[in-house]
Amino acid sequence: MEHFLELVTKADNVPIMAIMFLLPFFTWLAFSQARRNDRAGTPAEAAQKDKVYVWPYLCRSEFVCAIIVMLILAVWSITIDAPLEEPSNPTQTPNPSKAPWYFLALQEMLVYFDPWIAGVVLPGFIIGGLIAIPYIDINPKGKGYYTLKERPFAIGTFCFGFFVLWIVLMIVGTFLRGPGWNLFAPWVKWDPHKVVPLTNINLTYLLGIRNDQTATFVGFIFVAGYYALGPICYLWKIKTSKFLQELGLVRYIIISFLFLTMFSLPIKMALRWGANVKYVWVTPWFNI
Amino acid sequence: MFRHGYEDTGRRYTLQILQNVWMHLHPPRLPRHALNFRFTWCMGGITFLMFLVTAVTGVLLMFYYRPTAEYAFHDVQYLEFDIPFGMLLRNMHRWSAHGMVIAVMLHMFRVFLTGSYKKPREFNWSVGVILLLVTFFLSFTGYLLPWDQLAFWAVTVGTNMARATPVLGHEGPFHPHDIVTQSNDVRFALLGGTIVGPSTLLRFYILHCVAVPLLASVLIALHFWRVRKDGGISGPL
Ligand code: HEM
Repeated sequence: MEHFLELVTKADNVPIMAIMFLLPFFTWLAFSQARRNDRAGTPAEAAQKDKVYVWPYLCRSEFVCAIIVMLILAVWSITIDAPLEEPSNPTQTPNPSKAPWYFLALQEMLVYFDPWIAGVVLPGFIIGGLIAIPYIDINPKGKGYYTLKERPFAIGTFCFGFFVLWIVLMIVGTFLRGPGWNLFAPWVKWDPHKVVPLTNINLTYLLGIRNDQTATFVGFIFVAGYYALGPICYLWKIKTSKFLQELGLVRYIIISFLFLTMFSLPIKMALRWGANVKYVWVTPWFNI
Repeated sequence: MFRHGYEDTGRRYTLQILQNVWMHLHPPRLPRHALNFRFTWCMGGITFLMFLVTAVTGVLLMFYYRPTAEYAFHDVQYLEFDIPFGMLLRNMHRWSAHGMVIAVMLHMFRVFLTGSYKKPREFNWSVGVILLLVTFFLSFTGYLLPWDQLAFWAVTVGTNMARATPVLGHEGPFHPHDIVTQSNDVRFALLGGTIVGPSTLLRFYILHCVAVPLLASVLIALHFWRVRKDGGISGPL
């Protein structure tokens, strides 16, 4: 418990504590408006399209908002001191060594994927995927107001990525990871000598394949098969789905690729937790 | 307002915006719903406010801080213990930086949920994504500067991933073995060495105090200009 309390009260973790309150609040705020709009059929904002003068109305709100935020910041800065530890010492590695809180979801991904995927390729896809959102989401509805009913897929996918793969992993990395990057429940004392047996084995080994070449080939089939789900759904649905026809092949390929890549993380996590799977696909050059 | 007295007319309200270079960021009028806290959560504006606070406090901090391995840590200590309001200054800089990260995350969340990235705001969303990265990078480069254990190891962990960059990192897949080595890969370029050291401190200092804030300012200007050009704040058609 003491370590957990220490983490919770650590000055640099205050932002994460703040997020744990702010995010539920704003999520509630957004979804209650979405529910209201969906029920009423027209967004509440549609009745407020008349124009008002920025001076004084908007400027006044901005001013009040700025004062409130500055007050909070002043109180925060007077009551909590920025941390300063011992001078840096390259010969003394703290255990665990943690990145700043906003990068802890990335550090958490390192548990499940090799660094080149977790640290470089996946972040690259996250950035590219975010930039691509407006160009691949061709649903014209739900622009400029809160709604759930009119864009369930977009909101569901985004929220899954935002909450589960970012916020939750960040919280796990901050509060539950201890020495050796092992998981420690809040009430457990951190034991730096905790030994976790490394029993992780490759999926192909688990399936009884002992020959390296065969393993590489079978692993390739798994990964290729997973990504083939995209085209398979396309061929299966294209005749009947008007949505797919409007979306077009290129957009569909990008969406399905990004979607499947996103879900490869929870799948890998489930394989690791459920069956101690280390890699799905092992090749002489890289492992996935 | 002070030069001509104050008339309570729409013409006056409009001129108040148009005749002031700072107010001019705004349109003279906007739809009523855009005033609702419930709609925008004020998060874009709060992000910008936090950016301004970090800029002002950051410049003040620069008067007391020297980015060398000999001085950096002691300058921070000196700032905390001997300079009037030094601790407060440092606290405000650090917490507004964290505040900016929180606000930018919430801003992005709001923009997504109101579907405000849809036509014609696609490009501004992309600018926003780059701004998100720039915000993280600003925060991250600043994290090293106190040059304490926390800073040193957080940055060591954070930059270690760069060595696994495919092709360009010395431990990444597909890197040409004889060409890309520990002392010329992307991680080396970032750190100015094979481990975090004095040259990393200088690099991060310059990135943190000059290069990235400049980039952020340019992008924020672009972002605000696009908000206006795309027809102001989004709303139902
Ligand atoms: C340094 C970071 C940023 C600053 C200072 C900033 C500032 C602002 C401000 C002041 C607005 C006006 C409306 C509002 O307050 O909500 C705005 C709108 C907008 N922002 Fe940002 N922003 C930043 C980052 C981002 C990010 C990360 C995204 C998305 C990935 C984004 C996308 C947008 C879009 C699409 C709009 C138009 C919204 C609408 O018309 O409803 N911005 N931004």
